[in-house]
Amino acid sequence: MKHTKRSLLGGLIKKTSLALIAGTFVLSATIAQADIRPAVVYDIAGKNDQSFNEAVFVGITKYMNDTGIAVTELEPTNAAQVEQSLKKLASRGYEPIVAVGFAMANAVQAAAEAYPDTKFTLIDMVVGLPNVQNVLYKEHEGSFLVGVLAAMNSETGTVGFVGGMDIPLISRFECGYKQGVNWQDSSMNVLANMTGSTPAAFGNPSKGGELTRTQIQNGADVVYAAAGGTGSGVYQAAADAGVLAIGVDSNQNWMQPGTMLTSMLKRVGEAAYDSYDAANNGTWEAGFRILGLAEGGVGWALDEHNRDMITAEMEARVNEARDAIIAGDIVVHDYMADNSCPI
Amino acid sequence: MTRDTRLAWINGLMLPLLNVLTAFAAIAIVFVFINVDPIEAAKIVIHGTLGYEEGVGYTLYYATNFVFTGLAVAVAFHAGLFNIGGEGQAYVGGLGVALAVLAFDPSISPWVVIPASIMGSLLFGALWAIVPGYLQAYRGSHIVITTIMFNFIASALMVYMCVHVLREVGQMNPQSKMFPETAWLPFIHDIFAGIGYKIAPSPLNLSIVLALLFSLLVWIFLWHTRWGYAIRATGKNTTAAVYGGIKPKKVIILTMCISGALAGLVAVNELLGYQHRLMLDFQYGYGFGGIAVALMGRNHPAGILVAALLFGMLYQGGMELAFELPNVSRHIVVVMQGLVILFCGALEYIYKPRLVRFLAPIEASE
Repeated sequence: MKHTKRSLLGGLIKKTSLALIAGTFVLSATIAQADIRPAVVYDIAGKNDQSFNEAVFVGITKYMNDTGIAVTELEPTNAAQVEQSLKKLASRGYEPIVAVGFAMANAVQAAAEAYPDTKFTLIDMVVGLPNVQNVLYKEHEGSFLVGVLAAMNSETGTVGFVGGMDIPLISRFECGYKQGVNWQDSSMNVLANMTGSTPAAFGNPSKGGELTRTQIQNGADVVYAAAGGTGSGVYQAAADAGVLAIGVDSNQNWMQPGTMLTSMLKRVGEAAYDSYDAANNGTWEAGFRILGLAEGGVGWALDEHNRDMITAEMEARVNEARDAIIAGDIVVHDYMADNSCPI
Repeated sequence: MTRDTRLAWINGLMLPLLNVLTAFAAIAIVFVFINVDPIEAAKIVIHGTLGYEEGVGYTLYYATNFVFTGLAVAVAFHAGLFNIGGEGQAYVGGLGVALAVLAFDPSISPWVVIPASIMGSLLFGALWAIVPGYLQAYRGSHIVITTIMFNFIASALMVYMCVHVLREVGQMNPQSKMFPETAWLPFIHDIFAGIGYKIAPSPLNLSIVLALLFSLLVWIFLWHTRWGYAIRATGKNTTAAVYGGIKPKKVIILTMCISGALAGLVAVNELLGYQHRLMLDFQYGYGFGGIAVALMGRNHPAGILVAALLFGMLYQGGMELAFELPNVSRHIVVVMQGLVILFCGALEYIYKPRLVRFLAPIEASE
């Protein structure tokens, strides 16, 4: 970080004096703005899980590069440390503090009660306190879109879904995906499995690979993983068998180029970024931020790794679905609204 | 000083000290490699663990867990049993706590609920250890194998209980509902506030008194009762113990019961004292840490208290380091703990031959 800034400045000095003046201006403006001390506490999976936490990490790195404001990052190793980390950050005057993942709700509740003047941003779960901002995503809408793509790419008429931990949040991905598949082609068959019933299910690539192989044997030729770190096993198994896979949370298209059809983006990094940015501008608000397709909170990834796999027809069809969802012509059922899926 | 007392000093005090210092030196080398000033790191650890009230609270809170698991391993060691199932026994102890607490109506007095749930942790911890004990005593299955396997069974059982039985409707985390406040062990900071002293809040709770009490009880039990004598005699020489009228099979089962019950007390500190709900993996690492604590503490309660304090400092100090120094990730903290366990556990006698030659030569007159 520091190094980049220095070399950047060095480059500016070599150029014209006008640029130097501009550079100094930007730099001094950054220093003047640096009145917030943002922090983040990652989930037990750690910030390099290539999926959910990493999406936050990428957003935060971008924030640091854009603003020059340092963000303090903590990776707790056990549940007691999550609460300790949050409280410690609050007691040292850090805010806003971003807590990553539904499993932190209890810890955020305790910390936010102990430090009622500190701003907390909780991703994926709800804590109803006046100093907590809850960021929730309409994962079912993003999953709907990748479901459409899966159905268009399947030749066998069967597609798969591998979830992480068996909780309503992950069933929401599954249900959205099934609806998307069904909307595209109602004769399609969807195989769905969950990896486990504890948070460890988000970090079990070998089990993810096994489930995927079983689904492939049963005819699936596109497999969507909503399983955090378990996903890498799913993509590997799909690549080994030469079938397509769909990533989740981060853009994971690069992980198995050629067999990664796309990734369902859940822009948690932007949530962290926006939270810091809003706190810096004084516009941070407690309460709910519910981000769907209309807000750009979820979406699908199209980059150099899958550009050749997505035909113009597919792109048009997905965009059609996206516009219809935003316009309200398609209502994607939210599994968590009634804990059931119509399909 | 006779040769025997000198040997006792070497074994009991000098070796552990030297081992710890070697571990610290190794950690310092690791720090130099990752561009961290070891002196600065040491300052942070000492300040973070002993330098301010909240840090001390956390250190003692972590140490409490290590006292319980350390005692558990030590009691089994005295009977010649290597109980590496502290992890599972502590975990299932948590089930005992939760079932006891949730069985009572929230309006019932803490004077009933808390002792009952402590009994629950002792009972369930003991029950989890009794099966490997029985298999060792009557079926000859090796205790190391059975206890470690029981850790996995415990894990599966607890996942089932947390996910399918005790989880509240609408809750995504696999955990029980919150315990009513009548079942909470008082925090030390609340007790101090009650008598007029204000100290910083921390998870430190009354369990630490329980830890000290059980250290004393274990000492009395092992060295001042007939049962304790039977345990030590069996551990030293089973054949001689049989000749003395001791029945090793019963001793093994009794020892495992006590060992498991002590490990189960981790749940009292974690659940009744701090988390106030049953959750997954609350015992994570303490059961295995207890083995190192017992080794370093020479299986004596006094030594275990000191070793547990050191491990408490490592846990809390590691957290502080990760907080203060961006170069120290949580993995480096595990490396630190690993080095201490390596030098104090696996290589514990590395200096012994040299020390004995140097300090306790055989005197011709003796």
